[in-house]
Amino acid sequence: MKKLFTGNEAAARGAWEAGVKFAAAYPGTPSTEILENLALYKEVQTEWAPNEKVAVESVAGASIAGIRSLACMKHVGLNVAADPMFTFAYLGVNAGSVILTADEPGMFSSQNEQDNRHYARAANLPMFEPSDSQETKDMMVEAFDLSEKYDVPVLFRMTTRVDHSKSIVTCKPRKDVQDKPYEKNIPKYCPMPAFTGKMQEKLYKNLEKTKEFSNHCKWNYIEDNHKSLGIIASGVAFRYAKEVFGDNASYLKVGFSYPLPMDLIREFSQKVDTIYILEENDPIMETEIKAAGISCIGKDKFPRRGELLPERIRIAAFGKSKETIKPNTETIVGRPPALCAGCPHRGFFYELSKLKDTMIFSDIGCYTLGALAPYNATDACICMGASISGGHGVAQAFKIKNEKKHVISVIGDSTFFHSGITSLLDASYNKSSYLTVILDNRITGMTGHQQNPGSGYDLKGNKAPISDIEQICRAINIKNIRTVNPNHLDEMKDALEWGIHCEGPSVIITRWPCALKRLSTEDKEEFPGVFTQKYHVEMDKCIGCKRCIDTGCPALEFSRNQDGKMSITDSCVGCGVCSQVCPVNAIVKG
Amino acid sequence: METKNILLVGVGGQGTITAAKLLTCGLMASGYDVKMSEIHGMSQRGGSVSSQVRYGTDVQSPVIEAGTADIIVAFEKMEAMRYLNYLKQDGKVIVNDKEIWPMPVIIGKAEYHPDIIGELKKLADVTVIDASKLAIDLGNEKVTNVILLGAIIKAMGLDHIDWDQIIQDNVKEKFVELNQVAIRKGMDLV
Ligand code: SF4
Ligand code: SF4
Repeated sequence: MKKLFTGNEAAARGAWEAGVKFAAAYPGTPSTEILENLALYKEVQTEWAPNEKVAVESVAGASIAGIRSLACMKHVGLNVAADPMFTFAYLGVNAGSVILTADEPGMFSSQNEQDNRHYARAANLPMFEPSDSQETKDMMVEAFDLSEKYDVPVLFRMTTRVDHSKSIVTCKPRKDVQDKPYEKNIPKYCPMPAFTGKMQEKLYKNLEKTKEFSNHCKWNYIEDNHKSLGIIASGVAFRYAKEVFGDNASYLKVGFSYPLPMDLIREFSQKVDTIYILEENDPIMETEIKAAGISCIGKDKFPRRGELLPERIRIAAFGKSKETIKPNTETIVGRPPALCAGCPHRGFFYELSKLKDTMIFSDIGCYTLGALAPYNATDACICMGASISGGHGVAQAFKIKNEKKHVISVIGDSTFFHSGITSLLDASYNKSSYLTVILDNRITGMTGHQQNPGSGYDLKGNKAPISDIEQICRAINIKNIRTVNPNHLDEMKDALEWGIHCEGPSVIITRWPCALKRLSTEDKEEFPGVFTQKYHVEMDKCIGCKRCIDTGCPALEFSRNQDGKMSITDSCVGCGVCSQVCPVNAIVKG
Repeated sequence: METKNILLVGVGGQGTITAAKLLTCGLMASGYDVKMSEIHGMSQRGGSVSSQVRYGTDVQSPVIEAGTADIIVAFEKMEAMRYLNYLKQDGKVIVNDKEIWPMPVIIGKAEYHPDIIGELKKLADVTVIDASKLAIDLGNEKVTNVILLGAIIKAMGLDHIDWDQIIQDNVKEKFVELNQVAIRKGMDLV
């Protein structure tokens, strides 16, 4: 049966075909849809985990207990999960286990461009790197077999272009994989000093064996064409290379990339005069191949940063791109992403950006956009959870330096559950004094609305217990807590004034659903009438002062009719924020 | 057969991805090898988006190289200009006569060029259609994308494929008929 699948759909299908029974992930672009798709197969228990570390740990547990299991995350997620992963490598598996990382060359929606192929080397784990959907599916099945054969969790590296591009996949039925019996085995599963030496020895031995596999598996192969140029390429870079060089070069396609197929690479190097290494981001293959004494050309010719797109390869190789038409750039205005019309973060940021003498530490989510115009609110942002712990560090430093600035951390609900709780615990335990604002929009907004421990539903859409953010804060000894509606600007402003002047750590929870969210029954009860009535501008009243524009709502347009007045487009969802800032009450409901 | 390249560009939320998906399904059903690529994430928040469809006998890269698109279909007119360097020398541009202001224009930091279409016409072979208005006439602005899809189909000579069936297989039942009308409307425009 042939299907048109994105790489993410193919990964889910592959895991299903491989007989996976348990899978866990934290959503993150570009990996999110893998678990969403796997959730559609009823044979698999799929779960959103609060974070990636937790996902890998539960997957390791399932493997030890005897069922095939998969953990998925975006590249930066693997940093969070690195702790359990390195030791899971020592333990090895019982039933097969795969850890999938979706990297992002080009950083379309990520904070960095780290190349997670390094993790395979660092943790001594085998790694697959598919180049399209068909390979993704087939390699996924093989990854589980390999994991069991060599008693090791297997890393699976995808990249955005593979995750999000669609191509044709031939599907197969699900394998009938027997569960493994669980047997207590302390020396295998308890990494205490008495046993870790043996574990490590086994890991290295098995890694040796995967070198054999690498040289002879069907994922690494030579395609003989011209002998003057040979190209070694992995992942989607192989597809790009074929596009640019076609039959004018020979290829060594690397699909199983750690350990590298060094015998095959040596054989290839005998066949061709010059070797180009095409790999996205870091010179990982290149370094290893050069270290083996094989001369090749890599990052000194081809770019290291960003995607290694066909035109970039062409320019690097031939000095020029194809003939292109030069657009009239003067007519083009940038289109930066913006908080949606009716986004509950806008009321908050509007008030926040008016506060003086602040240092604002943001987190990762839609609200990271608070750094852009018109708010320009954010001072810093690092990674999930860092807003609160970073804010703690800032507050401590200001105290030591005797600097009078208000420190404010900004974090979303899903991010708070991900790694904000421990950070807030840190602030409370170490008696920090600053304000944390938890933007509870009742869903994981940025990645496209995944449920989380606060939303009342699980990945499969079943009811789930709701973790109450306010109660969590109380339980870790936060005394100053207020919950507000961020669309009520007076309430928001008042809360901020209160929060920055509290003794000890304070928390404001803003509670209003994401403007794009499909409301749950609970939401409809809690927020009656939400998103039902639009607003409009009464033209005769509008004085064209543009003050409402500071709320940053994309539904507001200034002067489309050249009459110097405001208008509101159809994308308005009626949050009412703009109407509260209009000095002449020109913006009204209906 | 040489690989053909179709580039759909617009603003997040305009339905470029859905149109590209339907197109890709149709191409697969009629036996082509096909690859489609899109980038999402931050770009959904009102940013500029592009979907790329490549088809032929054996398609390698999922992305279109600059200077090789056979056709660019812009759901928003400024986006046509933004991606124009992707067009082949003798490629075609189909532009939806629709203006969506980016944040810098909304807040008065930049101006939306008054005659983008005129500028485009100086540079390439441009067909302008008012798909958004036609869609409203059909009763739902959301089918703008399917009208534009119809235009692509006609321009690329893909009308031998059974698009009614493709729509039936991929669109929610209550919208099937509307979409079938919309796609034909688009085909008639080119
Ligand atoms: S998706 Fe939701 S949270 Fe994100 S910007 Fe839009 S309204 Fe705000
Ligand atoms: S009420 Fe005002 S701020 Fe709210 S969505 Fe409508 S135009 Fe935007």
